[in-house]
This record gives sequence, C-alpha cells and structure tokens, in this order.
Amino acid sequence: MSGTFLGMPAFPGNAAAAVRDSQLRFNLHKATRTIRGKRAAVVGELPDWGELRAAGKEIKDHTLRNLDRYLLQLEEAVTRAGGRVHWAADAAEANRIVAELVEATGETKVVKVKSMATQEIGLNEALAERGVTAYETDLAELIVQLGDDWPSHILVPAIHRNRSEIREIFREKMAEWGRAAPEDLTDEPRALAEAARLHLRERFLSSKVAISGANFMIAETGTLVVLESEGNGRMCLTLPETLISVVGIEKLLPRWQDLEVFLQLLPRSSTGERMNPYTSTWTGAAEGQEFHLVLLDNGRTDVLADEVGRQALRCIRCSACLNVCPVYERVGGHAYGSVYPGPIGAILTPQLHGMTRATPASHGRGISELDASLPYASSLCGACFEACPVAIDIPEVLVHLRAKAPHPRSERLAMRAAGWIFDRPVRLARTQRFGGRLRRFVPGRLPGPGAAWTDTRDIPDIPAESFRDWWDRTEGSTR
Amino acid sequence: MNSRERILARIRTAVAGAPQVPLVPSRPAAAATGREIGLFAERVADYRAVVHVVDPGKEDAVITEALARRGARRVVVPGGLPQEWERAVRDHPGCEVVTDDPPLSAAELDAVDGVVTGCAAGVAETGTIVLDAGPGQGRRALTLMPDYHLCLVRAGQIVAGVPQAVAALDPARPLTWISGPSATSDIELDRVEGVHGPRTLEVIVIR
Repeated sequence: MSGTFLGMPAFPGNAAAAVRDSQLRFNLHKATRTIRGKRAAVVGELPDWGELRAAGKEIKDHTLRNLDRYLLQLEEAVTRAGGRVHWAADAAEANRIVAELVEATGETKVVKVKSMATQEIGLNEALAERGVTAYETDLAELIVQLGDDWPSHILVPAIHRNRSEIREIFREKMAEWGRAAPEDLTDEPRALAEAARLHLRERFLSSKVAISGANFMIAETGTLVVLESEGNGRMCLTLPETLISVVGIEKLLPRWQDLEVFLQLLPRSSTGERMNPYTSTWTGAAEGQEFHLVLLDNGRTDVLADEVGRQALRCIRCSACLNVCPVYERVGGHAYGSVYPGPIGAILTPQLHGMTRATPASHGRGISELDASLPYASSLCGACFEACPVAIDIPEVLVHLRAKAPHPRSERLAMRAAGWIFDRPVRLARTQRFGGRLRRFVPGRLPGPGAAWTDTRDIPDIPAESFRDWWDRTEGSTR
Repeated sequence: MNSRERILARIRTAVAGAPQVPLVPSRPAAAATGREIGLFAERVADYRAVVHVVDPGKEDAVITEALARRGARRVVVPGGLPQEWERAVRDHPGCEVVTDDPPLSAAELDAVDGVVTGCAAGVAETGTIVLDAGPGQGRRALTLMPDYHLCLVRAGQIVAGVPQAVAALDPARPLTWISGPSATSDIELDRVEGVHGPRTLEVIVIR
C-alpha cells in the first residue's frame, strides 16, 4: 500500500464506522491499557526522565537544523566503511533504486524487517510489479501480510486482531506463502509465535537479499541501529549476502554517544520495557555483507520548511502517543487511512503529502480529503504531548494544520461573520439579544453544511439574556 | 541536478533563517553504586532468562551442568573462548563441540542445539548483554540460530547504565544488545518469549 490507503473516505466517516465495531474496540481497549501501564512503570523508574526527554528533543532539533552537514558526514562514513549510499527524492525513486539493487543480485525473493519507511513508499507493491516478492518477517507484519490487511499501529501493526482471528489467518493463508500452519494450531500466543518461527525459518535460511529500515543513523561513525524484539531483524541483518536499508533522512543522530539518550527513551516509550530484546548496530559492510543505504526524502524537506510543523520530524516512531490517545483507543488505526496512524499520523501524514489540495496538475502531491480531515481527529487533550519522548507538541501542530487545511466556503463565511461580530462589543451585544429573542426557533439540528457539526453535537441552549445584560439589569456593578 | 543535490538544496532552503540549536554536551552518567552485579542478575532474570551468580573459578562446573540440564548434544563454541570454558563444554558427556572454523553455513548452525559465549559488556540497569563479535563471541549468526544461548559475563564487564555501555563500545564493530530471550508482544500485547532468536537465554555472572 502507498502512503495513504487510496479510496478511504475522510476521518469522521471512518471513525463512525470503527466505533460500531465492538470487537475492534474491545481489542484496542485491552491492548492500549496494557501498554500504558507497562510504559508508566518503566518511565517512572528513571529519575532523570525529564532531562532525557529534553536531551532527546535538543539533539533532534540540532540535527534537523544542520541536516545537510550531517547527511554528508554520514555518507562519507558509510562509504568509508564499505557501504554504498543512494539518495531518493521521492517514493518512486526509492522504489526504483531498491528494485534495481535487488534485480542486480538476480534474486526474486527478499526478506524484510518491519520498516515504516518502506510501508510509506509502498515498496512491497512496487517490487511485486517488477516480479520480486517481499516477505514480511515481523510477526505482526506477517499477520497483516497474510490477512491482506492494513497495519493499524506503528509498533504493533496487527493490534486490531485478537488471538483467534490470528489463528484463522495463519490456518487459511500460511500455506499460500510457504510452510503451512500446523493442523492442530491453537490460539495460544505461544503456539502462534511457534507457527511463525517454523513458517519463516526456511525463508531466512534461503534468502540472499534483505531489506530493512533503521531506527537511528549515526553521522560521525556511519552506524545504523535497529531495535527489535523477535530476532527476525537479526536474521535479516545477519544472514543474507546483500542488505538494503531504506531510511528517512530525519533518522540521523550526530554522535555515537547520542545513542545513550535514545536507547533509554525508545524502548521504555515503545514496548514499555527497560530494553527491547535485541538491538543491532552495524557500520557499512559488516562481516563481508554487501550494504546499500537509501536515504529517503519523500516530503520530509517540505515538513522541515514549516516552522511549527517541523517538530514532527523529531518523531522516533515509538507509538506512545497512539497508546494514550482517547481517539485512537476508540477508532483504531485504520480510520486514519495512513501507515502513520494516531496523533503523530494526524500531523505527519498531511504534512508529508503537502498541505495543499491535490489536483490533476499536482502530480500526486497534495492532500486528499482524508488528509485534510486528520488535523481534526483529536480532542486536543494533550495526552500525546505528555507521553512523547521527544516532546513533540502535537496539539500545537494540529491547531497549526487546522488553520492551513483547506476550509469549505460555508465555514469561511461563518468564521468571517463571527469575526465581524466579536470585533465590537456593541455588535456582540446586539447579536446576543437578537439570538435570545429567536431562541425558541433554533432547531435541534442545523440545516445545510451545518448539519455535519450537529450530527455529533447538541446545539447549546441560547439563554434568554446575556450575562452582561443581566448584570446591568440587576445593577450588579453598584451593589 | 541529481537527487542528492536536490535534497541537500531543499534542506538548506528549509532551515535558512531558523535559529541555531546547540548540541547538548554528553549527559553525566550515573555514578557506580557497587550494587551493579546484583542488579544486573536481577534485571536479566526479569526477562525470564535463567541466571546464575558464581565465584570466579566456579563457572566451569555450572557450564557443564547447564548443558547437561538442557540436554544439548551439539554445541557451537566461538573462536577465542577461554580454554577452561571450552573444556567445561567438553566435560558434558555425549556433547559434540562444533567450531566455526571454517565458517558454518546458516543451515549447519540451525542444526546445533546451543552456543556458549562470553560478551563485551553487561548493563546493570537494563539487564542487557552486549556482544561485539570479538574473541569468545563469534560472528553475529552464532548467537542467533541456535535455540539456546549460554552467556558468561565477568563482573568487570558490568557497567551501571546505558551511557557507560555506549561509551565503552566500539561502533566500528557489529554490536548485538541482548535483553532476555527472543520475545514478541504482537498478539494482544501479551509478551511471549521465543520467536526467531534463541528461546532460552542462560547467563552465568562471575562475581
């Protein structure tokens, strides 16, 4: 799938459908509540969490301000260590580079480590068009791939599926992709994990090419870093002869020592563990492997140009903001229609696509109706900002994007009228008196374009008299 | 203009005029408390790994016992493993010792029952073991394919926290940070040990 799931209606429509799915709501409620508890416990263990968070923010801000310099430093270091660096301005270019690299090896099958960047650019689909099959190896990605489904969470893409649904997917689909699921497969998580282990083992042993992303890249040393849990990442990074890593240009850190901050922030925010089971770091061509690094822009430099919005590039994809979001918890990830769901997705997706309306002349750039609705997929409660390990002020960016998003004519007219009224106390007082007199005629639901607003809200009762009028009438100021 | 030039130019335009942000100096690492060894053992065990803490010189017997308990028939040992540890592996009766010289294929590695290694560092606060492919550790695949990993950690290798470990390690070497056995939380966020990496991690801490 590409950056946005095509053909998706706007967020309010998706959300309305999602909240009626009680199985989905049950799965999400259980999962997000579990992870919130785990995160709170391990974050509470570190007395200097606030300082770590501030350090994470500053290191990222410094890197973004000097991104050109650090990318060049990284390129030099990776090249010196025997790797090759490729630059991709957009999704199509990145996909073409990867496809050509795979074709050069003569292979038609590749294994993949879970990677948001390759999902964003729709790499699997692009490779399939050129006759290359990409096999996802992360358990949740496998569930999504076998189920011909969409990811709904950054960290746990199959969070919307419960164990019995997963068992059905394994039983029905595993045989089509390789080794079939055992006949007597139960829905115990342990049994399901075992089935995935057996299903993928052959694949790991026979694959010559692997594709990964990276959590961090170190400019000074040219080192790439991948954090994972299952060992599928280590399999892909270690066994194949050729490794291709597709990484967003914002994933950079200046110094090796900066990892000390992020190796504390990320696991605790993400899986709620003191440390994730496996972290691999490698520099250039490790242990005789052929290594290619594809640096991906795909809209990131547009985000960087926005003074308020650029803080979204600090994101380390931990998904803590999803897990604490009251909107996400109820509607799930699919409603956002993007590989980046939840609060971070609501500010990242529309910015990556560019905040202007897509037209036939904009060559695929520009936002869809769904994108334009994402900045409104929030109650602005601020829980995401508090949970964010790099202090991205998501509510601030949401409000900023709401102002930039295209608005319908009726809304612009209404806002202009409201602005005119609020501009002078006299106008406001007259409007209030006029409204008070007409209060009996106000309908429960607004007609026309206003109906979208009253579909989910009650119109507040209009009082017979404004406070100011009451104050004057009862001589409040002289008492 | 190629994509490299285009991306760099776009970055320069995007940040032109933005205020410079100073790079924070390295954060002071928490001082050692002297409790590191106990904390390390505790935190490793939290991940449901099997942990032994033994006095120096006593680890050999624990290695032999652990392999016997596991019932490991074929065990791979990396080059550079201390001789007394390798001897302890051989002391487990009926155990075939496999070396990685010449390098074993992935399929051959998949067929061994376990691996015994040392490590480059241990992190007390997080219960993490770091391997750097140095002597006694082997290349990365050695500790990945077998289903059982027995790892020995010397007291002097244990540091208090992540900052000390990052400072002590060499980024030029391929590093693997291991915190417990392979695990997943992908099914209902319920943690299950054991997917693709070793499903059993046993650690011997030499105090």
